Amino acid sequence: MPTVITVRNLVKTYLVGEVEVRALRGVNLEVQAGEFLTVTGPSGSGKSTFMHIIGCLDRPTSGQYLLDGQDVSRMSKDELANVRNHKIGFVFQGFNLLSRTSALDNVELPLLYRGGLTMAERHKLALAALESVGLKDRAGHHTNQLSGGQQQRVAIARAIINQPSILLADEPTGNLDTKTSIEVMGIFQRMNRERNITVVLITHEHDIAEYGTRTAAFRDGVITADHAVARRRLAEDELRDLPPEIDE
Amino acid sequence: MTLVMIFRIALKALSRNKMRTALTMLGMIIGVGAVITMVALGAGAQSSIDAQIQSAGTNMIMVSAGNFTQGGVRQGQGNASTLVPEDAAAIAQLNGVRYVAAASNARGQVVAGNQNWSTQIQGTDVDLPLIRSWQTSAGAFFTPQDVTTAAKVAVLGSTVRDQLFGPDVDPTGEIVRVSSGGAGATVQNQPFTVVGVMAAKGQSSVGQDQDDVIYVPYSTVMKKLRGTTSVQQISVSATSAGDTTTVAEAIGNLLRARHKIQPGDPDDFLIRTMDEIASVRKETTQTMTALLAGIAGVSLLVGGIGIMNIMLVSVTERTREIGLRLAVGARGRDVLFQFLVEAVVLSGIGGSVGIALGFGLSRGLTYWMEWPTEVPLNAVAVAFGFAAGTGVFFGFYPARKAAALDPIEALRFE
Ligand SMILES: Nc1ncnc2c1ncn2[C@@H]1O[C@H](COP(=O)(O)OP(=O)(O)OP(=O)(O)O)[C@@H](O)[C@H]1O
Ligand SMILES: [Mg+2]
Repeated sequence: MPTVITVRNLVKTYLVGEVEVRALRGVNLEVQAGEFLTVTGPSGSGKSTFMHIIGCLDRPTSGQYLLDGQDVSRMSKDELANVRNHKIGFVFQGFNLLSRTSALDNVELPLLYRGGLTMAERHKLALAALESVGLKDRAGHHTNQLSGGQQQRVAIARAIINQPSILLADEPTGNLDTKTSIEVMGIFQRMNRERNITVVLITHEHDIAEYGTRTAAFRDGVITADHAVARRRLAEDELRDLPPEIDE
Repeated sequence: MTLVMIFRIALKALSRNKMRTALTMLGMIIGVGAVITMVALGAGAQSSIDAQIQSAGTNMIMVSAGNFTQGGVRQGQGNASTLVPEDAAAIAQLNGVRYVAAASNARGQVVAGNQNWSTQIQGTDVDLPLIRSWQTSAGAFFTPQDVTTAAKVAVLGSTVRDQLFGPDVDPTGEIVRVSSGGAGATVQNQPFTVVGVMAAKGQSSVGQDQDDVIYVPYSTVMKKLRGTTSVQQISVSATSAGDTTTVAEAIGNLLRARHKIQPGDPDDFLIRTMDEIASVRKETTQTMTALLAGIAGVSLLVGGIGIMNIMLVSVTERTREIGLRLAVGARGRDVLFQFLVEAVVLSGIGGSVGIALGFGLSRGLTYWMEWPTEVPLNAVAVAFGFAAGTGVFFGFYPARKAAALDPIEALRFE
């Protein structure tokens, strides 16, 4: 299996006034294509910071990041934009949807910057993406008319619309109830299995971490543990087995 | 990204923030509309004064009694009793003088039947309608005979006729009763015979009704209403416009001789040619235009600050939007172009509506209020340029800053 993400000695330091905040203190990691990596760790341990760098949204202070073998730090801004558009799907910790805008238009957004598509084609793709997260009937709704779980699914649909090779999700189940969390994890597992998308997913709940194939733990800006998940949970099975009374 | 698509994105963004869009446009509309209306009023007043001076004839010379600065004491012009009818007769004998009309005015109350109207009583001479090229719409102006005998005859301005007799009535031959509390004795209910009605002249450039007046022989005002032996003013018309300065000088010498003023002593009269009057009037309207332009400038500034405020208030939200667009793969220039198009569309529409409003208001003022207006194109350009400049600057400049950030910084912007 080819290596998709290679990170060597990654350091990120923020300067807040006079004080240096060392969010990442030398992270080393390799992620193979098709893996489902979950990342855990206490609040402030640097998970989001790491994710943003992996997603080409931010630059490290030092260290090396190879994406598909290419050194990201040598890329121009426009090349990075291109990478974000084509290779990476990002689901933010707070969904970051455009307000007063329909779900469909939100999902379509990355397509606008891909180019070469007619309006009809964009609509078709966006509808298909919404369908794959089970939200086709809400395509015309504004995002503020959707529940938290639905908004999360719109964000996922937007992240997968450009057929990325990597899907990055920052606490996608952060404020969802148990059943909705399992549903959302099911979507990620399906994307990972059916489309062979590499998934890196942050969570601070250990049971959510068990939906991945491998899990890494952050503490104080470094990875302290990294191992395969012994007994992987499968969302589809669990949803099937859920007692009907919870199903409302 | 095609241009069409960027336009579509920009229009979508504008319609998503309807309130912001509307408020920004409102700032432009008010700013631009106010400037155009104000400046149009000023320019209209100016050109109507020009036209009026042109029509009054550039060969007019006005002689008033008294002098503004006589003996270091400011005196009301026309209030001194230094000009007499004989001065007018003497001026009429000078070379280059065509018409002469002495004037003695009063305010008074005119009564016809049970109608009652307070108006200006202008005592003048038979030459006045010739100097001003005024026509009568009924009857005729009074005669030299009437002036010699101080006859109680009156020619009505059309407003006075309308008030006392009603429009379209020919009051020639009717009797009106005139009361005046002028500077001299108070007179009550003097019967005057109406001999004519002047054709309507409309409003003067300063908005005064030029038809709210009655004309009577100056001798009648002097003897029957004011009880004085002097006149307030003498209007002179030179034979040709080129002669006014020499004629004015000749009049000055004549009056100094007649009034026995010693060399070195100041005049006890004031002579102004139409050129001078015109330049004074022009200065007045220029002041007014400047004032109006000032008000307009303030509205433009307020509009600009409004635009700026709205734009800056939404910077946070918009910076996050930019961050998000960058995060899903927009290049810096895609976002910049979108914001530029947005700002230009916003400013273009707002400014254009403002221009339309300015033109509409100006037309409306002319139509309903009968105020002359004239829209100067450079004012349109300046107002539009300023409003659009403000809109584009405050719409585009923060976007430029945001687009230079890393996506995550823009997404985190507070
Ligand atoms: N823009 C920034 N400026 C300064 N310090 C920052 C900035 N972003 C993050 N930090 C600091 O870096 C550290 C790591 O933050 P990060 O957001 O990566 O934590 P996290 O593991 O995602 O936490 P959580 O589970 O609460 O989301 C924290 O101490 C935080 O205060
Ligand atoms: Mg985080």
